[in-house]
Amino acid sequence: MDFGLILRVYPYFLEAALVTIQLSVLSIALGLVCGALGASARLSRSAVLRFIGAAYVSVIRGTPALIQLFILYFGGPQIGIQLDAFDAGVIGLGVNIGAYMTETMRGAIIAVDRGQNEASRTLGMSRWQTMRKVILPQAARLMIRPLGVNINAQIKGTALVAAISVVELTYTAQRYIGSTYKPFEMFFLAGVIYMVIIYVTGLGISWFDRRAAIK
Amino acid sequence: MGLDFTVVPGYLDALFLGALWTVAITLSAAVLSFFGGIGLAVIALYAPAIVRYPFRLLAWLFMGTPLLLQLFLIYFGLIQIGVDLPAFVAGVIGLGLHFAVYNSDIIQSGILAVDKGQHEGARTLGLSNGQTIRKIVVPQAVRTVIPPIGNNMIALLKDSALVSVIGVTELTLSSQLAISKTFRPFEFYLAAAAFYYVINLGLETVLRRIERSVQISR
Repeated sequence: MDFGLILRVYPYFLEAALVTIQLSVLSIALGLVCGALGASARLSRSAVLRFIGAAYVSVIRGTPALIQLFILYFGGPQIGIQLDAFDAGVIGLGVNIGAYMTETMRGAIIAVDRGQNEASRTLGMSRWQTMRKVILPQAARLMIRPLGVNINAQIKGTALVAAISVVELTYTAQRYIGSTYKPFEMFFLAGVIYMVIIYVTGLGISWFDRRAAIK
Repeated sequence: MGLDFTVVPGYLDALFLGALWTVAITLSAAVLSFFGGIGLAVIALYAPAIVRYPFRLLAWLFMGTPLLLQLFLIYFGLIQIGVDLPAFVAGVIGLGLHFAVYNSDIIQSGILAVDKGQHEGARTLGLSNGQTIRKIVVPQAVRTVIPPIGNNMIALLKDSALVSVIGVTELTLSSQLAISKTFRPFEFYLAAAAFYYVINLGLETVLRRIERSVQISR
């Protein structure tokens, strides 16, 4: 282990870590939007929307994220979608994790006791009011932990965009291996940074979960 | 440049071969991750602290870093210390260990859910501690956790696409090779996605059958 080398290159890794964090935050935000839309579609009264929601989840979860990124980034220009690598990464990863979040959110919503729904409807609330004022506040609490699992997976998932040459943490590690021939040191450094990001995120999620718990 | 799917049939043989490699690497890694997961779970629950803690650190490392990084480390990093693995083997080890750690977590909860009386009963009947774990506790634990392990296997199938970056000519790399000759990324990646989707459906069917067959009839 060459620690001198690690000390020399770590500032560049921290810069790359910022890109990883940006990718994570943006794609998770997009994923939450896709997840909310997907869950609404899957729970909708319209059969067409339900089918669209189910197809979204099935196709995205049934194929590798790497292939989805490749279709978007390399195949996109053929059908008139020209994105730079970072944008393609955010959109590809966001739409991908959105399918998993759809299922997380749907699961939390249907986990709320049915009696809650029936009681609110009996009290004269509309379907939408029931959802917004009774079901969702309860479901939101149930979602935090499983969404945390999705978020954790997504942070590690951002490593995939190294394959479409976004200069993030994994790509940077690869590049420095090319110039230094020291794979262990470079991966060690990148690995430590990933673990710090994931650890801090985990703390944030636990804090949020505790705050949202019903006392 | 529009779309032209007529170029795909000419490379179907290559894609099929790639798909076979994908299946081969997924199955090998799945077997490694299943038994590795059982081993890690038993170590985590029963081994003395001096063995347990290093393994816990290892598990933590595997769960906290991206799989892609781990594959690079195993394939390129081990060369640095003189271990030169073929890409296929490195891929199977990387995928297998990564998912073994995740399986171990699930299997541990399964073991803890086995009634304590089973362990006590077996010991009373004269079985040693090792025999009890191997023949009484683990078989019951594994049955109850087959569904979540199945989910990991499906994730494993999709993550097997990552081994293309260390040069295993599986489905993803086969489609890339076809693209490098035809310059038609959209068509071939879509074809690869279709292959993955079909393999995925097959795997789900097999897993459902396994789930049903291992259910304990009550």
